[in-house]
Amino acid sequence: MSEEYENKSGYQAQSSETISGSSSGITPDMDYVRPAENAEQDLYHPHSFIEKWVFCQDAKVIGVQYFLTAVFTGVVGLILSWLMRLQLGFPGLAGFITAEHYYQFVTMHGMIMVVYFLTALFLGGFGNYLIPLMVGARDMVFPYVNMLSFWMFFVAVAVLMASFFVPGGPTGAGWTLYPPQTILEGTPGHGYGILLMLISLALFVIGFTMGGLNYMITILQARTRGMTLMRMPLTVWGIFTATVLAMLAFPALLVSSIMMTLDKLLGTSFFMPTILKAGEVLEYGGGSPILFQHLFWFFGHPEVYIVALPAFGIVSDLISVHARKNIFGYRMMVWAIVGIGALSFFVWAHHMYVSGMNPWFGFFFASTTLIIAVPTAMKVYNWILTLWRGNIRINTVMLWCLGFIVTFVNGGITGIFLGNVSVDVPLSDTYFVVAHFHMVMGIAPLMVIMGAIYHWFPLVAGKMLNENLGKWHFWTTFLGAYSIYFPMHYLGFIGVPRRYYEMYDSPYMTSGVGLNEFISTAAFIVGAAQLILVFNIIKTMKTGKKAGQNPWKANSLEWFTSTVPPEHGNFGDRLPVVHRWPYDFNVPGAEEDYLPQTAAPSEVAHTEVEKT
Amino acid sequence: MSDPKIEGFELEKGFRGMAKDTGSDQTMFKGVHWGKAMMWIFLLSDTFVFSCFLIAYMKGRASTPAEWPNPSEVFALDAFGVPVPLLLIALMTFVLITSSGTMALAVKYGYERNRKMCGYLILATALGGLTFVGMQAYEWSKLIHEGVRPWENPFGAAQFGSFFFMITGFHGTHVSIGVIFLFIYCYKVFAGHYEEGKRGWFTKMKGDYVEVEILGLYWHFVDLVWVFIFAFFYLW
Repeated sequence: MSEEYENKSGYQAQSSETISGSSSGITPDMDYVRPAENAEQDLYHPHSFIEKWVFCQDAKVIGVQYFLTAVFTGVVGLILSWLMRLQLGFPGLAGFITAEHYYQFVTMHGMIMVVYFLTALFLGGFGNYLIPLMVGARDMVFPYVNMLSFWMFFVAVAVLMASFFVPGGPTGAGWTLYPPQTILEGTPGHGYGILLMLISLALFVIGFTMGGLNYMITILQARTRGMTLMRMPLTVWGIFTATVLAMLAFPALLVSSIMMTLDKLLGTSFFMPTILKAGEVLEYGGGSPILFQHLFWFFGHPEVYIVALPAFGIVSDLISVHARKNIFGYRMMVWAIVGIGALSFFVWAHHMYVSGMNPWFGFFFASTTLIIAVPTAMKVYNWILTLWRGNIRINTVMLWCLGFIVTFVNGGITGIFLGNVSVDVPLSDTYFVVAHFHMVMGIAPLMVIMGAIYHWFPLVAGKMLNENLGKWHFWTTFLGAYSIYFPMHYLGFIGVPRRYYEMYDSPYMTSGVGLNEFISTAAFIVGAAQLILVFNIIKTMKTGKKAGQNPWKANSLEWFTSTVPPEHGNFGDRLPVVHRWPYDFNVPGAEEDYLPQTAAPSEVAHTEVEKT
Repeated sequence: MSDPKIEGFELEKGFRGMAKDTGSDQTMFKGVHWGKAMMWIFLLSDTFVFSCFLIAYMKGRASTPAEWPNPSEVFALDAFGVPVPLLLIALMTFVLITSSGTMALAVKYGYERNRKMCGYLILATALGGLTFVGMQAYEWSKLIHEGVRPWENPFGAAQFGSFFFMITGFHGTHVSIGVIFLFIYCYKVFAGHYEEGKRGWFTKMKGDYVEVEILGLYWHFVDLVWVFIFAFFYLW
């Protein structure tokens, strides 16, 4: 087995059985790559329209399905946010928005955006599309389970959306669904709404588990020859670590959903203490509402990083490609991703400083929260140092990346405020918190999603999106998003509480009324500005210029497929063989300013590439 | 799968060597079947599910103001007119652990291509699982007859019934799913699907005896979880 030599052309995809005869060593030792450990994957090719586009087993199609479904939920979430801003900026203008409706909008907006939009988009959408391509696999390792995963997600979304149409409407308990109020009379949607929400969450977890197993095993066990873990693009690292977090954090959500469903349906008292309602003692008694908060946030905090880590990974790749420079401190970046992922399981109770838990908990969780800022800050420094003296191309993708860094640093700094118990207590439940988490896990990941759309659209659709429209889209979104969330910090400082239907003539609002109108106006504009992207996509599909292979001159494997867009099986007859990391840009001595991962050392013998 | 060992290759000592080995070319777990790796990671995730349940149980039991029922009285079974504590549960545990043994033997005979023995042992495992679920159903109905409900019970804290039915029910669901798959695999083994590499009805993928081992992993896990549930509910 030790005398296997790699073909000079750089491609070989036979299984280990067939190549054990040894090819006659034409190429020098320097190109040696270990023979294939996995047999060629057995793929099931679709035979009908339904198998090709509906119940499809191709990870790329599943990725697009996930993406479109998630975007649909995102649009619903956006419309809900418009309705909220309409009420907050111009109270009473839209008479149909009652207080109950407002709470339902808040709840559904939160849950949709965090779980059904961002998580599904990053892991289901980008994960499915990019993982097999980037690690050099023909497909996910369990294509059938992968297909089930999407359809389970689809059913979860359908159940969630159905809750808009049941008697009583969707739940209005806030996205955290804190008991006891969630399932008690007086909370909007305490009947069918909350039940459908809990069922939908459980379905989502089941569906995600099926997908997550695929992502993990594909990355761990199905990489192509030469693809070591430390040669994987950071996108894959980010998605991988986020998947690990999801596999360990979603159980808590599943369990809390089941327990609350039983509280609601069977009248158990897991989370329900003894409650007096209108002078009467309810049937409930002896349960612990704090237990739910612990379970929820044991899921909820890793969830933040489930959204953030893929964004970190993707943005690292985009910055490196569009600054034509290798990512600064690749290993540090990997360890930072893994470290953040591990630490994210030890910070959950910083969401519960005012819940009445033991104050020593606050001490512990404040410390871990501040510690997690260290690897995060390292990543920010590394992005900036990647840009430093790079050959930066100010195109749309780069603009989104820069927008990400700014909004993320902004949201991260306010996070350090809120991580300290003594600062958090007066600020909790104010607009400062709203501004913080929208900046750090709303706008920042969204910037990355947009950048990723502009970056990978040529791969998925084969055509280049229009740059001018892209820049309009970016600047309206970026400036608009800042106009929305920056003033909210100030609203929080003057004490405006969040989740209030209306402020009436409260003394908080002397300087806040005009600001609220301004924020709402900006929100309408930013939401509408997303139509630029829709228009851009339609225009591009009709008249856009062909992208061809590797339009950005990137190094990673997804740009070296046999056809653009890639077909089922991704790489044609032979899988690529990897010789280097994906960040060899502007290597001294190389003819082009990039060296693909498949470039063998002997092909570029005169360059000064460091060993990876 | 090729042999992961490389002639004349020595691993570096210590953490660095471990990191290099873990991150090495193509696969992290050398020579491990994809499905097997998947099952292990799924079980890790499932461990978190059961851990959450059991931790919630501990918290619920610790914080409820009412008194917790005495397990050796509640779970006693009348044998020849004498109440014997934990009799039924001892039998259930014995059956389930035994079925783990037959499962392990089924895996061994599967890899030895002893089709018949493998099939019979899977059948025995499935019957063991079925017996377990049956006895659990008996235990549930006995408790329900005595007035235990998810929302109340005559022996003390209402949370006892809630947690008992929820957690044993969740575990019983796991066992039942396992039994269904055991019967399917039993059929596939007897029909010789794994030997001729017949493609699956749903997945269209070729099967192999490794699937028996993967199901075995799940079955052993379900047994292991039972040991914890046993300890937390019946011995505490």
